[in-house]
Amino acid sequence: MDQLRQNSLVRIRNLHFSHGDRVIFDGIDMDIPHGQITAIMGPSGTGKTTLLKLIAGQLVPDIGTIEVDGHDIQRLPTSQLYKLRMRMGMLFQSGALLTDLDVFDNVAFPLREHTRLNNAMIRKLVLLKLEAVGLRGARHLMPAELSGGMARRVALARAIALDPMMMMYDEPFSGQDPISMGVLVQLIRQLNRAAHISSILVSHDIHETLQIADYIYMIDGGKIISQGAPQSLQTQQDAWTDQFIQGRPDGPVAFHYAAPPLADDLLESAP
Amino acid sequence: MIRFITAVGHSTLQLLTSLGRASLLLLAMLRGLPSVLKRPRLLIDQMHSVGVLTISIVSISGLFVGMVLALQSHHILSRFGADSALGLMVAAALIRELGPVLSALLFTGRAGSALTAEIGLMKATEQLSSLEMMAVNPKYHILAPRFLASFLSVPLLAALFSSLGVLGGWLVGGVILGVDEAAFWGGMQGGIDLRNDLINGVIKSITFGFVCAWIAIYQGYDCVPTSEGVSRATTRTVVQTSMAVLGLDFILTALMFNH
Repeated sequence: MDQLRQNSLVRIRNLHFSHGDRVIFDGIDMDIPHGQITAIMGPSGTGKTTLLKLIAGQLVPDIGTIEVDGHDIQRLPTSQLYKLRMRMGMLFQSGALLTDLDVFDNVAFPLREHTRLNNAMIRKLVLLKLEAVGLRGARHLMPAELSGGMARRVALARAIALDPMMMMYDEPFSGQDPISMGVLVQLIRQLNRAAHISSILVSHDIHETLQIADYIYMIDGGKIISQGAPQSLQTQQDAWTDQFIQGRPDGPVAFHYAAPPLADDLLESAP
Repeated sequence: MIRFITAVGHSTLQLLTSLGRASLLLLAMLRGLPSVLKRPRLLIDQMHSVGVLTISIVSISGLFVGMVLALQSHHILSRFGADSALGLMVAAALIRELGPVLSALLFTGRAGSALTAEIGLMKATEQLSSLEMMAVNPKYHILAPRFLASFLSVPLLAALFSSLGVLGGWLVGGVILGVDEAAFWGGMQGGIDLRNDLINGVIKSITFGFVCAWIAIYQGYDCVPTSEGVSRATTRTVVQTSMAVLGLDFILTALMFNH
């Protein structure tokens, strides 16, 4: 753990964040190490996506600090923040492809915006990135013609177009058929192992996440409930973690939303 | 009473916050204009989508408004034997009022609402966020070209509206009703003043273009990113722009033609 802290690419300390009156994070400390896949898991609505936006500087914490590669995200001037973002890639849940551009132009977009490469070179790079996600043949399709899984793979090719140092994946497996899911698991692992891209994976798909993550943080109710390597979490005795990993409908996270006793409710005449 | 005061205070605060956000957005878009000029392709694409595609509705409306105007004016003018003033009447009404106002209203219905919906959906589908993550400022790359294109399109569309309106007026007045053509065109030429009529009309349409562009883009960018939120924002664009255009038209008319 100490080694992990020293080698961290992202360092989060005492993070507090609220949406209006709703507290999302209530004092979180987290370290994302270089070159590993770190997963952040938790039930829907726990603010996992918000955490990625905080790391990317799209949102600002109420209290606490977030450092990425030694830079305090909040204190960076916009131009510096944008420079840092060129070294981060994010795969959005929906893919978030630009709908008026075809697959090729979507992947070429960051290269055209941020490099002075000529068209021939951009073409080669885009084809290589598309080849890596298996969609070189789909380069002339428009986003509306792609399946959900294909859109995510194109978005992945776009996110790695500038060869980032880290990738953030927002629920990459949700709503995918088993084949697309397998493809995405393989791609995320390959990018991490072969291209040494540090990865933050936000998900609630237990099986896939346990397969590829090196370290897992479980969050709920604004706090880290447990953390550790996948094997240690699977054997942990903590009731909440056990319920989440085993997918039990009832436990510390109650099946019923808070309500008065059923008998009282049924006997009452007023609505 | 307390509740009433609270409600008034709350809506005033909301209005001021909204105005503040809209002003900040406007400043950001203005700062993004140099980058738009560096990449004219972005502007040309938007000019096509908001301007060129609005030409047909503006042309047809202009033609019909001119025709109706000539018909109604001829009906009244001929009672006083003043139908030779028909050309002047039609042209002045179009250039001073109907051209700028109606083309702005048509622009909002056709292009402003589409802009709001497009930007709102880009927000809802995380396209704006993804641009930010790619270190591309969406205010410069998406909003500023749309703002400039709308701002430039409205005066051009107003000119087209007025021109076709005059043509429609001539078709009805000159060709169908038989008003003397020399009187029709001569009256127009002699009566329309460059500064008083033409320049004032252009100033109006430039102002309306600015308002149309600002409201449509702000509503799209500030909307709640859900299907309901986008639909509400689109409605707000049409309602607010129409109110603003009509209100501003009164103020501008009072300032310009109050001799």
